[in-house]
Amino acid sequence: MNTASFKEDYKKDILALLAQNLGFRGSVLPLPSRYFTSWAKGLGLRRGGEVVLYTGHMYQLVPVIRLMEEQAKELAPEKRARLARLARWINPVVNVSAFSRFMVSAAARSRYERCLQNIVSLLRLTGLEPGYLYGVEKYAGALAFDLGLDGPFGRHAARVARRLRDKGVKEIITVDPHTTEVFKNVYPKVVPGFDIRVRSYLEVLAEANIEVRLPWEEEFVFHDSCVYARYLGLIDEPRRLLEAAGVKVLEPDQSRELTHCCGGPVESLFPERAEEVARARMEQLISLGRRVITACPICWLNLERVRDPRVEVFDISEILAAAFLGKI
Amino acid sequence: MIRVDERLLESLAKDKDFNAQACFNCGTCSALCPMGLGLLPRELFRYVLLGARDRLRELSDVIFSCLLCRLCEANCPRGVRITHNIRTLRSYLVKDEYRIL
Ligand code: SF4
Ligand code: SF4
Repeated sequence: MNTASFKEDYKKDILALLAQNLGFRGSVLPLPSRYFTSWAKGLGLRRGGEVVLYTGHMYQLVPVIRLMEEQAKELAPEKRARLARLARWINPVVNVSAFSRFMVSAAARSRYERCLQNIVSLLRLTGLEPGYLYGVEKYAGALAFDLGLDGPFGRHAARVARRLRDKGVKEIITVDPHTTEVFKNVYPKVVPGFDIRVRSYLEVLAEANIEVRLPWEEEFVFHDSCVYARYLGLIDEPRRLLEAAGVKVLEPDQSRELTHCCGGPVESLFPERAEEVARARMEQLISLGRRVITACPICWLNLERVRDPRVEVFDISEILAAAFLGKI
Repeated sequence: MIRVDERLLESLAKDKDFNAQACFNCGTCSALCPMGLGLLPRELFRYVLLGARDRLRELSDVIFSCLLCRLCEANCPRGVRITHNIRTLRSYLVKDEYRIL
């Protein structure tokens, strides 16, 4: 097989696999629903309601993707391609990544789960008591839309919208830019009558003027997500919150609407290229300081992959929780 | 010889937001792209305008390499909806070439 057609087949297989998972399991990765909801245990979150927190599964997926990447790195490209092909055939019957699930240790998951827990606590500081849909909540489908999988995406979006409508949801509060964008700007175009209000938790917090308990009084470099900055115009909100938290925000040359992508979006098809872009961005960021803040789990994942051990990458919710809740 | 595919042109003409024809080849987008996708908007769009389906197929790696980060778009002097156009090409390849419906 020549290289071109081999690469072409690999791409086709990955796309088909994504389409299948979305169609059969409503998720990009076939994981059981309790994997996505375990973070909420003990928080006393109301089931459903008019205003719900919508995780979109992104924070939960980060540790799984990291583990899969580590496993995939060990494989030669040909072997990886064969695995993708095999997965495509057995995927409809067998939960192919069920084995990986057991290997994502509780420790590896806990930091990401804590982000979601902190977001709930932060929202509660504003007086808001969001509900949560637990297992009814599904991945929103951003990746499928971005890859041009219009058929699978459209069917999935219709299902997700129906669930939201059935549960009487009027407003969703999102925690990552990709879910926010797809609900806010894509669903209304592909799902007739979709009129659910969509807000990022960062907007909600920025509007609320919550009081700081333990101001940081330290410098951090802030990395804007492309989607927040250039699709959603969410540029000032994270800065206002960070400043209120006592953070001195350091701005790289490419920041705000000129931000440089983390490389994450091409991770599923071209992992090596994704890493190159992440390295280039990391260089820009660490020329200012060794502590970096991201606001998107995909940016976080991708920058974390290329992180020098002397550099630290934080999620914005960790930094805000420390200041506003007085805990890490 | 480039095989001109009327169907491709037609399917793109139906998409009102597809505005690759507005590009005037200034090269700003290519210069800014973090993926170094020099080919992307300018030449790719020219193939589209020509309806050159075979070339699109050959360039599918490039089409799928775009980050959809919009750095190019934010700086395009002609207001070309670059990422929307790229996504449209992807949908076309997914449907017509990869047969994922
Ligand atoms: S920046 Fe806009 S006008 Fe210039 S080459 Fe790119 S798409 Fe065309
Ligand atoms: S949207 Fe695509 S073409 Fe434009 S700068 Fe980003 S990666 Fe390059």
